[in-house]
Amino acid sequence: MTSVYFDHAATTPVDPRVLEQMLPFFCERYGNPSEVHRLGRDARTAVERARAQVAAGLGAGEKEIVFTAGGTEADNLALIGYLQRFEPGHFIISAIEHPAVMEAARALNRLGWAVDFIPVDGDGVIDVDAYEQAFRDDTKLASVMYANNVVGTIQPIAELARVAHEKGAAFHTDAVQGVGSVPIDVGALGVDMLTLSGHKLYGPKGIGALYVKRGTRLTPLIHGGGHERRLRSGTENVPGIVGLGAAVDLAQAQLAETRPRLEALRDRLARGVLESVPDVKYLGHPTERLPGNVAFTVRYIEGESMLLQLDAHGFMVSSGSACASGSLEPSHVILALGLGAEEAHGSLRLTLGRENTREEADAFIEVFPPIVDKLRQMSPLYVKG
Amino acid sequence: MYTDLVMDHFSNPRNVGEIEDADGVGQIGNPVCGDVMRISIDVDDDRIADVKFKTFGCGAAVATSSMVTEMVKGKTLAEAAEISNRAVADALGGLPPNKMHCSNLAADALHLAIQDYLVKAGREADVPQILKALPKDHAHSSH
Ligand SMILES: Cc1ncc(COP(=O)(O)O)c(C=O)c1O
Ligand code: FES
Repeated sequence: MTSVYFDHAATTPVDPRVLEQMLPFFCERYGNPSEVHRLGRDARTAVERARAQVAAGLGAGEKEIVFTAGGTEADNLALIGYLQRFEPGHFIISAIEHPAVMEAARALNRLGWAVDFIPVDGDGVIDVDAYEQAFRDDTKLASVMYANNVVGTIQPIAELARVAHEKGAAFHTDAVQGVGSVPIDVGALGVDMLTLSGHKLYGPKGIGALYVKRGTRLTPLIHGGGHERRLRSGTENVPGIVGLGAAVDLAQAQLAETRPRLEALRDRLARGVLESVPDVKYLGHPTERLPGNVAFTVRYIEGESMLLQLDAHGFMVSSGSACASGSLEPSHVILALGLGAEEAHGSLRLTLGRENTREEADAFIEVFPPIVDKLRQMSPLYVKG
Repeated sequence: MYTDLVMDHFSNPRNVGEIEDADGVGQIGNPVCGDVMRISIDVDDDRIADVKFKTFGCGAAVATSSMVTEMVKGKTLAEAAEISNRAVADALGGLPPNKMHCSNLAADALHLAIQDYLVKAGREADVPQILKALPKDHAHSSH
């Protein structure tokens, strides 16, 4: 039976080479990095080595990396940890942020912070003018994601960070979808904080990091023994941290090869779908997008039913349809692109990864049109017989 | 998340389509998630002689539509009118909780088709008696 995984934006498999480096830290090298004995020192060395690997992957300094329990926590630490130091004022995020940023922003809003959600254009690119005009005297922070998890659009981060600094605000970017897929250098971007997550780059789940530029002061969200330079207490997840370091290292080493290969695969898949199915709209920016992201919406039919049919044929994909979400709300990202609720219903996202092949892309293009046909025949909205 | 029976009805839906010049047609849409179901019936001797559906919606929406068509074929109008959304969901072995409102309107669409038939057949007077539980309005707002 076919088994093709096209959902790498949701999560990636752990690379066996990453797992291999993690394994000793469960049963043999299990020391607590805070202890001074041999096993403790061994674990500390491993954690600091991983920190150096992550720092190198971002062009950052080792002291600028804080390990967290994933991307969500790093986003929360960036927004809440940064703003908590001030009296409530104003901050800015984009309208298409991941819930990790969106909900942290709403929590701050409930604490008295004013927040502006900057709209995006039809391709998912932030409205730079609206962004620039949103800054106020009391704007302390702007946070705009590096690349969108639904439609893959990459934002002009360096420009956005420069504007924020001109206006006297700090700048954070959620780069969970970018790190490991495209080259990222915090110096070139000029950001103050940047989020990454292990399980989007062939590392384990439940581990991530926040880059915090030297001199950027944060208040911890999690209080305790003062780990991670007081920013994130709790005994370090040593196997996870080792895995994250190894995963960043591996992604760096492979980027020059995987990026162009995935871009070619992405464009082949997109072309194949658009040519073989009528009434399909490609979503996101045509070129400024993640190497592995193919997103589109199919008129007259609904995403969850496409997703289930594809699953029955062995293809694992994702949809922004209301019906496919637990909340039964359409994806706020798709709506932000200016699509109506009905179009959002038909959205589908294929996200490619290292192990995907041309044969798999071609197999999808074979299987997909008859599925669309079958569902359209069933749809009361589809008028053509 | 879906039972095997839901998946079976979703993958091999029964009675898909539209009856030409149907005796009765019922359509219902759900404002919460936006699904649309249309059921058409032919009535013979007060029994549902034929029934077909078209549905825009998720797996559960398709499965409940398919299931209701199976349940009512050959039934009298009064028997068909007794079938509730809940009974359709039960016949499928249950639905995920969040889908109980949204996708579970197939019986309502059927009832509207029966009403449409009765009205067209000049039997408006029979509507209250046969359709005791008519959906309040065609837009049916759940929650
Ligand atoms: C853009 C973005 N930010 C944040 C997250 C959350 O990361 P994590 O799953 O590690 O908490 C994700 C992944 O779901 C994401 O895609
Ligand atoms: S049709 Fe939307 S959840 Fe079922």
